[in-house]
Amino acid sequence: MSDRYSRQIVIDEIGQEGQSKLNDAKVLVVGAGGLGSPALMYLAGAGVGNIGIIDADCVSESNLNRQVIHNVDNIGKNKALSAGEGVLRLNDKINVTTYPIYLTKENAADIISKYDFVLDCVDNFEGKFLINDECVRLKKPFCHAGVIRFNGQVLTYVPGRGPCYRCIFEDIPKEGDIPDNAKVGVIGAATGIVGSVQAMEAIKYILGTGNLLTGKMFIIDALTMDVRIAKFGKSNPECGACGNMLWL
Amino acid sequence: MIKINGNLIEADEIKLADYLNENGYRTGRIAVECNEEIVPKSQYESFIIHSGDVVEIVSFVGGG
Repeated sequence: MSDRYSRQIVIDEIGQEGQSKLNDAKVLVVGAGGLGSPALMYLAGAGVGNIGIIDADCVSESNLNRQVIHNVDNIGKNKALSAGEGVLRLNDKINVTTYPIYLTKENAADIISKYDFVLDCVDNFEGKFLINDECVRLKKPFCHAGVIRFNGQVLTYVPGRGPCYRCIFEDIPKEGDIPDNAKVGVIGAATGIVGSVQAMEAIKYILGTGNLLTGKMFIIDALTMDVRIAKFGKSNPECGACGNMLWL
Repeated sequence: MIKINGNLIEADEIKLADYLNENGYRTGRIAVECNEEIVPKSQYESFIIHSGDVVEIVSFVGGG
Protein backbone atom coordinates (compact mmCIF):
# COMPACT_ATOMS: atom_id res chain seq x y z
CA MET A 1 0.00 0.00 0.00
CA SER A 2 1.14 3.54 -0.69
CA ASP A 3 2.28 6.06 1.88
CA ARG A 4 -1.21 7.60 2.03
CA TYR A 5 -2.33 5.77 5.17
CA SER A 6 1.07 5.24 6.82
CA ARG A 7 0.28 7.54 9.79
CA GLN A 8 -2.75 5.46 10.79
CA ILE A 9 -1.48 2.00 9.83
CA VAL A 10 1.20 2.36 12.51
CA ILE A 11 -1.56 2.54 15.14
CA ASP A 12 -1.98 -0.84 16.85
CA GLU A 13 -5.79 -0.74 16.62
CA ILE A 14 -5.63 -0.18 12.85
CA GLY A 15 -2.65 -1.79 11.10
CA GLN A 16 -2.84 -3.30 7.60
CA GLU A 17 -5.81 -5.41 8.61
CA GLY A 18 -7.81 -2.43 9.82
CA GLN A 19 -6.88 -0.46 6.74
CA SER A 20 -8.28 -3.25 4.58
CA LYS A 21 -11.52 -3.16 6.60
CA LEU A 22 -11.77 0.58 6.01
CA ASN A 23 -11.09 0.09 2.31
CA ASP A 24 -13.87 -2.50 2.04
CA ALA A 25 -16.40 -0.50 4.09
CA LYS A 26 -19.49 1.26 2.74
CA VAL A 27 -20.68 4.34 4.60
CA LEU A 28 -23.69 6.49 3.70
CA VAL A 29 -23.67 10.14 4.73
CA VAL A 30 -27.17 11.64 4.70
CA GLY A 31 -26.80 15.40 4.40
CA ALA A 32 -23.73 17.14 3.02
CA GLY A 33 -23.96 20.20 5.25
CA GLY A 34 -22.33 21.31 8.49
CA LEU A 35 -21.98 17.81 9.94
CA GLY A 36 -21.56 16.00 6.64
CA SER A 37 -18.67 18.22 5.55
CA PRO A 38 -16.16 17.26 8.27
CA ALA A 39 -17.51 13.70 8.48
CA LEU A 40 -16.99 13.15 4.75
CA MET A 41 -13.50 14.65 4.77
CA TYR A 42 -12.31 12.40 7.60
CA LEU A 43 -13.95 9.28 6.18
CA ALA A 44 -12.29 9.98 2.83
CA GLY A 45 -8.97 10.79 4.46
CA ALA A 46 -9.08 7.55 6.45
CA GLY A 47 -9.63 5.60 3.24
CA VAL A 48 -13.20 4.41 3.74
CA GLY A 49 -13.45 2.77 0.34
CA ASN A 50 -17.07 3.37 -0.58
CA ILE A 51 -18.86 6.54 0.41
CA GLY A 52 -22.44 7.46 -0.46
CA ILE A 53 -23.58 11.07 -0.21
CA ILE A 54 -27.24 12.05 -0.35
CA ASP A 55 -28.52 15.65 -0.39
CA ALA A 56 -31.05 17.44 -2.59
CA ASP A 57 -30.08 21.00 -1.57
CA CYS A 58 -27.80 23.35 -3.43
CA VAL A 59 -24.80 25.19 -1.98
CA SER A 60 -25.53 28.78 -0.92
CA GLU A 61 -23.21 31.48 0.37
CA SER A 62 -24.70 31.30 3.89
CA ASN A 63 -23.64 27.61 4.09
CA LEU A 64 -19.94 28.37 3.83
CA ASN A 65 -19.36 29.40 7.47
CA ARG A 66 -19.56 25.69 8.32
CA GLN A 67 -20.03 23.51 5.25
CA VAL A 68 -16.35 23.49 4.45
CA ILE A 69 -16.39 20.67 1.91
CA HIS A 70 -18.01 23.14 -0.51
CA ASN A 71 -16.46 26.31 -1.91
CA VAL A 72 -17.37 29.58 -3.62
CA ASP A 73 -17.08 28.03 -7.07
CA ASN A 74 -19.85 25.54 -6.20
CA ILE A 75 -22.51 28.02 -5.05
CA GLY A 76 -25.76 26.94 -6.72
CA LYS A 77 -24.50 23.42 -7.32
CA ASN A 78 -26.18 20.38 -5.75
CA LYS A 79 -24.53 19.60 -2.40
CA ALA A 80 -24.15 15.85 -2.96
CA LEU A 81 -22.32 16.49 -6.25
CA SER A 82 -20.26 19.33 -4.77
CA ALA A 83 -19.30 17.21 -1.74
CA GLY A 84 -18.48 14.29 -4.03
CA GLU A 85 -15.97 16.50 -5.84
CA GLY A 86 -14.53 17.60 -2.49
CA VAL A 87 -14.11 14.02 -1.32
CA LEU A 88 -12.33 12.97 -4.51
CA ARG A 89 -10.04 16.02 -4.35
CA LEU A 90 -8.86 14.70 -0.99
CA ASN A 91 -8.74 11.02 -1.95
CA ASP A 92 -9.17 9.83 -5.53
CA LYS A 93 -8.57 6.18 -4.57
CA ILE A 94 -12.06 5.66 -3.13
CA ASN A 95 -15.48 5.14 -4.70
CA VAL A 96 -18.06 7.87 -4.25
CA THR A 97 -21.75 7.52 -5.10
CA THR A 98 -23.81 10.71 -5.10
CA TYR A 99 -27.59 10.95 -4.73
CA PRO A 100 -28.81 14.48 -5.54
CA ILE A 101 -32.20 13.75 -3.98
CA TYR A 102 -33.92 13.79 -0.60
CA LEU A 103 -34.00 10.60 1.45
CA THR A 104 -37.69 9.65 1.58
CA LYS A 105 -39.83 6.85 2.98
CA GLU A 106 -40.01 5.51 -0.56
CA ASN A 107 -36.28 5.38 -1.39
CA ALA A 108 -34.71 4.98 2.08
CA ALA A 109 -34.68 1.19 2.32
CA ASP A 110 -33.23 0.82 -1.18
CA ILE A 111 -30.39 3.26 -0.54
CA ILE A 112 -29.60 2.44 3.12
CA SER A 113 -29.46 -1.32 2.52
CA LYS A 114 -26.44 -0.84 0.23
CA TYR A 115 -24.30 0.42 3.12
CA ASP A 116 -22.69 -0.93 6.32
CA PHE A 117 -23.07 2.22 8.42
CA VAL A 118 -25.09 5.42 8.11
CA LEU A 119 -24.37 8.94 9.36
CA ASP A 120 -27.37 11.13 10.18
CA CYS A 121 -26.07 14.56 9.18
CA VAL A 122 -29.47 16.03 8.25
CA ASP A 123 -30.76 19.34 9.59
CA ASN A 124 -34.38 18.41 10.29
CA PHE A 125 -36.31 16.10 12.60
CA GLU A 126 -38.34 14.43 9.87
CA GLY A 127 -35.05 13.25 8.35
CA LYS A 128 -33.59 12.18 11.69
CA PHE A 129 -36.62 10.06 12.60
CA LEU A 130 -36.79 8.61 9.07
CA ILE A 131 -33.13 7.54 9.24
CA ASN A 132 -33.69 6.07 12.71
CA ASP A 133 -36.82 4.14 11.81
CA GLU A 134 -35.42 2.75 8.56
CA CYS A 135 -32.09 1.78 10.14
CA VAL A 136 -33.88 0.06 13.03
CA ARG A 137 -36.14 -1.78 10.58
CA LEU A 138 -33.18 -2.84 8.39
CA LYS A 139 -31.00 -3.65 11.45
CA LYS A 140 -28.45 -1.12 10.20
CA PRO A 141 -26.13 0.73 12.60
CA PHE A 142 -26.09 4.52 12.36
CA CYS A 143 -24.77 7.55 14.15
CA HIS A 144 -27.10 10.44 14.94
CA ALA A 145 -25.85 13.96 15.54
CA GLY A 146 -27.37 17.38 15.89
CA VAL A 147 -25.84 20.82 16.33
CA ILE A 148 -27.14 24.34 16.99
CA ARG A 149 -25.34 27.49 18.19
CA PHE A 150 -22.38 26.12 20.19
CA ASN A 151 -24.17 22.90 21.18
CA GLY A 152 -23.95 19.42 19.80
CA GLN A 153 -24.97 15.85 20.55
CA VAL A 154 -24.02 12.44 19.17
CA LEU A 155 -25.60 9.00 19.72
CA THR A 156 -24.78 5.74 17.94
CA TYR A 157 -27.31 2.99 17.37
CA VAL A 158 -26.22 -0.60 16.85
CA PRO A 159 -29.03 -3.19 16.75
CA GLY A 160 -29.35 -4.93 20.12
CA ARG A 161 -26.84 -2.62 21.83
CA GLY A 162 -28.94 0.08 23.42
CA PRO A 163 -31.74 2.48 22.66
CA CYS A 164 -32.52 4.06 19.29
CA TYR A 165 -33.15 7.74 18.68
CA ARG A 166 -36.93 7.25 18.94
CA CYS A 167 -36.53 5.42 22.28
CA ILE A 168 -35.12 8.64 23.69
CA PHE A 169 -37.04 11.40 21.90
CA GLU A 170 -40.23 9.47 21.03
CA ASP A 171 -41.52 11.66 18.20
CA ILE A 172 -40.90 14.62 15.93
CA PRO A 173 -41.27 17.78 18.06
CA LYS A 174 -44.34 19.89 17.36
CA GLU A 175 -43.91 22.98 15.27
CA GLY A 176 -43.18 25.89 17.57
CA ASP A 177 -41.60 23.69 20.27
CA ILE A 178 -38.19 23.97 18.64
CA PRO A 179 -36.86 27.28 17.34
CA ASP A 180 -36.00 27.63 13.67
CA ASN A 181 -32.37 26.66 12.92
CA ALA A 182 -31.75 29.65 10.67
CA LYS A 183 -32.77 32.02 13.49
CA VAL A 184 -30.88 30.17 16.22
CA GLY A 185 -27.68 29.98 14.19
CA VAL A 186 -24.65 27.74 14.32
CA ILE A 187 -20.89 28.24 14.44
CA GLY A 188 -18.85 26.14 12.02
CA ALA A 189 -16.22 25.01 14.50
CA ALA A 190 -19.02 23.34 16.54
CA THR A 191 -20.28 21.43 13.50
CA GLY A 192 -16.64 20.52 12.87
CA ILE A 193 -16.27 18.96 16.33
CA VAL A 194 -19.56 17.07 16.15
CA GLY A 195 -19.22 15.86 12.55
CA SER A 196 -15.71 14.63 13.36
CA VAL A 197 -17.11 12.61 16.28
CA GLN A 198 -19.53 10.98 13.82
CA ALA A 199 -16.67 10.03 11.48
CA MET A 200 -14.80 8.61 14.48
CA GLU A 201 -17.83 6.46 15.39
CA ALA A 202 -18.06 5.08 11.83
CA ILE A 203 -14.34 4.31 11.77
CA LYS A 204 -14.43 2.51 15.16
CA TYR A 205 -17.48 0.52 14.10
CA ILE A 206 -15.72 -0.58 10.89
CA LEU A 207 -12.53 -1.46 12.76
CA GLY A 208 -14.45 -3.19 15.56
CA THR A 209 -12.37 -1.40 18.16
CA GLY A 210 -12.87 0.95 21.09
CA ASN A 211 -16.18 1.99 22.63
CA LEU A 212 -19.06 3.39 20.64
CA LEU A 213 -21.63 5.92 21.82
CA THR A 214 -24.26 3.20 22.09
CA GLY A 215 -26.61 3.61 25.05
CA LYS A 216 -25.06 6.96 25.77
CA MET A 217 -25.18 10.42 24.27
CA PHE A 218 -22.14 12.67 23.88
CA ILE A 219 -23.20 16.24 24.62
CA ILE A 220 -20.98 19.26 24.17
CA ASP A 221 -21.46 22.93 24.95
CA ALA A 222 -18.53 24.42 23.05
CA LEU A 223 -19.12 27.84 24.63
CA THR A 224 -18.17 26.54 28.08
CA MET A 225 -16.44 23.35 26.85
CA ASP A 226 -18.64 21.39 29.21
CA VAL A 227 -18.82 17.84 27.90
CA ARG A 228 -21.10 15.21 29.37
CA ILE A 229 -22.20 11.70 28.58
CA ALA A 230 -25.88 10.98 29.26
CA LYS A 231 -26.30 7.24 29.73
CA PHE A 232 -29.56 5.75 28.53
CA GLY A 233 -28.87 2.11 29.20
CA LYS A 234 -31.75 0.03 27.98
CA SER A 235 -34.18 0.57 25.10
CA ASN A 236 -37.58 2.09 25.81
CA PRO A 237 -40.04 -0.84 25.77
CA GLU A 238 -42.74 1.53 24.50
CA CYS A 239 -40.59 2.74 21.58
CA GLY A 240 -42.52 2.93 18.31
CA ALA A 241 -39.47 1.92 16.27
CA CYS A 242 -37.61 -0.81 18.15
CA GLY A 243 -39.93 -1.48 21.13
CA ASN A 244 -41.54 -4.54 19.62
CA MET A 245 -38.30 -6.22 18.62
CA LEU A 246 -36.83 -8.99 20.71
CA TRP A 247 -33.06 -9.02 20.89
CA LEU A 248 -32.14 -12.54 21.82
CA MET B 1 -28.67 14.57 47.32
CA ILE B 2 -29.87 14.40 43.72
CA LYS B 3 -27.67 14.82 40.64
CA ILE B 4 -29.21 16.49 37.60
CA ASN B 5 -27.05 17.13 34.52
CA GLY B 6 -23.99 16.75 36.73
CA ASN B 7 -25.17 19.36 39.29
CA LEU B 8 -25.81 18.28 42.87
CA ILE B 9 -29.09 19.35 44.42
CA GLU B 10 -29.85 19.16 48.17
CA ALA B 11 -33.22 17.42 48.30
CA ASP B 12 -34.77 14.14 49.36
CA GLU B 13 -37.22 14.08 46.51
CA ILE B 14 -38.37 16.30 43.66
CA LYS B 15 -41.30 15.94 41.31
CA LEU B 16 -39.85 15.79 37.82
CA ALA B 17 -42.65 17.98 36.42
CA ASP B 18 -41.95 20.67 39.07
CA TYR B 19 -38.22 20.66 38.36
CA LEU B 20 -38.81 20.99 34.63
CA ASN B 21 -41.27 23.85 35.14
CA GLU B 22 -39.09 25.72 37.60
CA ASN B 23 -36.06 25.47 35.35
CA GLY B 24 -37.77 26.56 32.16
CA TYR B 25 -37.67 23.22 30.36
CA ARG B 26 -40.40 22.68 27.79
CA THR B 27 -41.32 19.01 27.72
CA GLY B 28 -41.71 19.07 23.94
CA ARG B 29 -38.02 19.92 23.60
CA ILE B 30 -36.39 17.36 25.88
CA ALA B 31 -35.81 13.77 26.88
CA VAL B 32 -35.12 12.62 30.46
CA GLU B 33 -33.28 9.65 31.86
CA CYS B 34 -33.01 8.64 35.50
CA ASN B 35 -30.34 6.17 36.69
CA GLU B 36 -29.57 5.31 33.06
CA GLU B 37 -33.18 4.49 32.21
CA ILE B 38 -35.33 6.52 29.84
CA VAL B 39 -38.32 8.20 31.48
CA PRO B 40 -41.18 8.04 28.95
CA LYS B 41 -42.84 11.42 28.36
CA SER B 42 -46.13 9.94 29.52
CA GLN B 43 -44.62 9.58 33.02
CA TYR B 44 -43.23 13.13 33.41
CA GLU B 45 -46.25 14.34 35.43
CA SER B 46 -46.11 11.53 38.00
CA PHE B 47 -42.36 10.81 38.11
CA ILE B 48 -40.59 11.42 41.43
CA ILE B 49 -36.81 11.87 41.61
CA HIS B 50 -35.41 10.45 44.86
CA SER B 51 -32.25 11.09 46.85
CA GLY B 52 -29.32 9.31 45.21
CA ASP B 53 -30.86 9.42 41.74
CA VAL B 54 -28.77 10.59 38.79
CA VAL B 55 -30.84 12.40 36.17
CA GLU B 56 -29.89 13.68 32.74
CA ILE B 57 -32.09 16.04 30.75
CA VAL B 58 -31.15 16.25 27.08
CA SER B 59 -32.56 18.60 24.48
CA PHE B 60 -33.66 18.00 20.95
CA VAL B 61 -30.88 19.30 18.72
CA GLY B 62 -32.03 19.23 15.13
CA GLY B 63 -29.45 21.19 13.14
CA GLY B 64 -27.00 19.58 10.83
